[in-house]
Amino acid sequence: MGILEIKNVNKRFGGLQALGDVNLSVAENTVHAIIGPNGAGKSTLLNVLVGKLIPDTGSVMFDGQSVLGRKPYEINQMGISRVFQTPEIFGDLTVLENMMIPIFAKRDGAFRMRAIGAAASEREVIEQAELMLESLNLADARHDHSAAMSRGNKRRLEIGMCLAQEPRLLLLDEPTAGMARADTNNTIDLLKQIKDERDITIAIIEHDMHVVFSLAERITVLAQGSPLVEDTPDKIKGHPKVREAYLGESA
Amino acid sequence: MLGLTKKDFALLLVVTALALFAPFILNPFPEGSGMAQFNAGYPDLMQRFAIFGIFAIGFNILFGLTGYLSFGHAAFLGVGSYAAIWMMKLLTDNILPAMLLSVVIAGLFSLVVGYISLRRSGIYFAILTLAFAQMSYALAYSVLTPITGGETGLQLKLNDPRILDAALAPGERANANLFGLDMTASHELYFGAWQFTFNAGYYIAAACLILAFYLSIRIFRSPFGMMLRAIKSNNTRMTYTGLNARPYALAAFVISGMYAGLAGGLMVAMDTQVGPERMFWTASGEVVLMTILGGAGTLIGPVLGSGVIKYMENIISKINGSILHEWFSWMPDGLEDALVTLIYPFVGKGWHLTLGIVFMLVVIFLPGGLVEGGQRIGRMFRRNGGASRAAKDIAEQRNPAE
Repeated sequence: MGILEIKNVNKRFGGLQALGDVNLSVAENTVHAIIGPNGAGKSTLLNVLVGKLIPDTGSVMFDGQSVLGRKPYEINQMGISRVFQTPEIFGDLTVLENMMIPIFAKRDGAFRMRAIGAAASEREVIEQAELMLESLNLADARHDHSAAMSRGNKRRLEIGMCLAQEPRLLLLDEPTAGMARADTNNTIDLLKQIKDERDITIAIIEHDMHVVFSLAERITVLAQGSPLVEDTPDKIKGHPKVREAYLGESA
Repeated sequence: MLGLTKKDFALLLVVTALALFAPFILNPFPEGSGMAQFNAGYPDLMQRFAIFGIFAIGFNILFGLTGYLSFGHAAFLGVGSYAAIWMMKLLTDNILPAMLLSVVIAGLFSLVVGYISLRRSGIYFAILTLAFAQMSYALAYSVLTPITGGETGLQLKLNDPRILDAALAPGERANANLFGLDMTASHELYFGAWQFTFNAGYYIAAACLILAFYLSIRIFRSPFGMMLRAIKSNNTRMTYTGLNARPYALAAFVISGMYAGLAGGLMVAMDTQVGPERMFWTASGEVVLMTILGGAGTLIGPVLGSGVIKYMENIISKINGSILHEWFSWMPDGLEDALVTLIYPFVGKGWHLTLGIVFMLVVIFLPGGLVEGGQRIGRMFRRNGGASRAAKDIAEQRNPAE
């Protein structure tokens, strides 16, 4: 049993079968990549996992509990964090405040009024946030507005904000899209470090094969809404069906 | 100090000083001089400064922090006023229970309105709140006449029950008071040609303003305030951080509704009558203007904005044709007439035109409101302080997120 079990998931948008009978199991503490050409249904699948879309049929179990029908923030509270294709951070807030919010969310749940008082616990949160920023090499920027950071640093911050919640499953949606090579490599290193240091399962959707083959332990290839093959990276590289459907003969 | 940083405490001190010394600050011109009509230090207007300051501070907690633009906040002010006058009619002329009830009732009403309106955001939210406010206005005007007094509104009457108060002696009038301190009681201080009025009602309102301002600083600087700013900044990330944005927004909505209720209660405490017109949509629009003019999302902006608008409404609107002629009487006749004709549309009943122009200028050139103007002037002075500082300021300017 994997930590994430997707069974017979179907999703139709009008005449388009976005997901057709998707079965997928992500084992705990592995890095599982989901690849596939444009329109293969990768983003639809991700949106089902985080509660943004509800599938027509099928089940999605996370750690033995169904995620279907729950609101996105509830699914997040179950231990699933998501990193977006374009970094979604609190642009008007400082870097430190950005990091404090997930720590508050982890401590207090989905809603808690802390309008006045509780200064001691706030200090604790600030300390934790600063430690987290140091481990991300963002401590020097802590009082800057996060919107002013480089794309690479925004990505680091976003990943850090997800980690601050200590999720059990981290979902990454093309985390290096639109990044310069140096930033891409930094992100790969960061993710490798996370994988080594934490008990965490990572599911990653990616176009960049360099990123996929640097990180993934298992790869699922989606094509036209259905899983084509699932295997280790080495096997995937040589798989004739994958070459045909996705990588092209040149790969 | 009081759980505030040095900078915030200094700001609180400034507001406190402004509020306490308002009778001096607003009366800079001697009585009887030509400039005396620019004096704003009379009780009625000073009370309005404080009351609308509270209204705008509360509105800013919703609009400035969460970005939700409510176009119906006057409804909460009106409901607060009706609650207060009923308390004074039925229970006692003491304003304390009246104000407490106005805050509670406005809070409950805003809970209902907010719960429904916050199902949508952006323009739809604004329209929903506007619809609620206009419904309240229309109901108060017509169907609810037994409770609201309809078009004429409600006043204190001699035959009101006032079950806690002793019967009035013949010829005595019911007066709003705080444990016997009459709201209309004033002390006049003469200083040469200057006259300063210290009014009990104003100081009650000013005390409420200072308290309201202090609370708003605490809310702004608290984790709760940070969450509210997070809603405005990125609702998607908020959701995917396991936070439910709606109760946060609703809490902000109710808090700002309670501020509006307090303002409404104070209005009744200062002037014991209510009419439905204070719930009209223009009143809701006015508080939006105040907040934006002063600087939405800043602490002191709403106070400044409400002050400027109320000053213009009461002072500029009093300048009429004959006063203009008097001012320019030293000019040759033709020029005098031309100048008066030119200025006339902007004063008196045309003060809205001046307000409109000021508002447009601020929104176009100072999107951060009057507070941004103040910051720019401050930076200009500091820039003369040294080259390295100037470089830092320029770096700050490139990053004008706040």
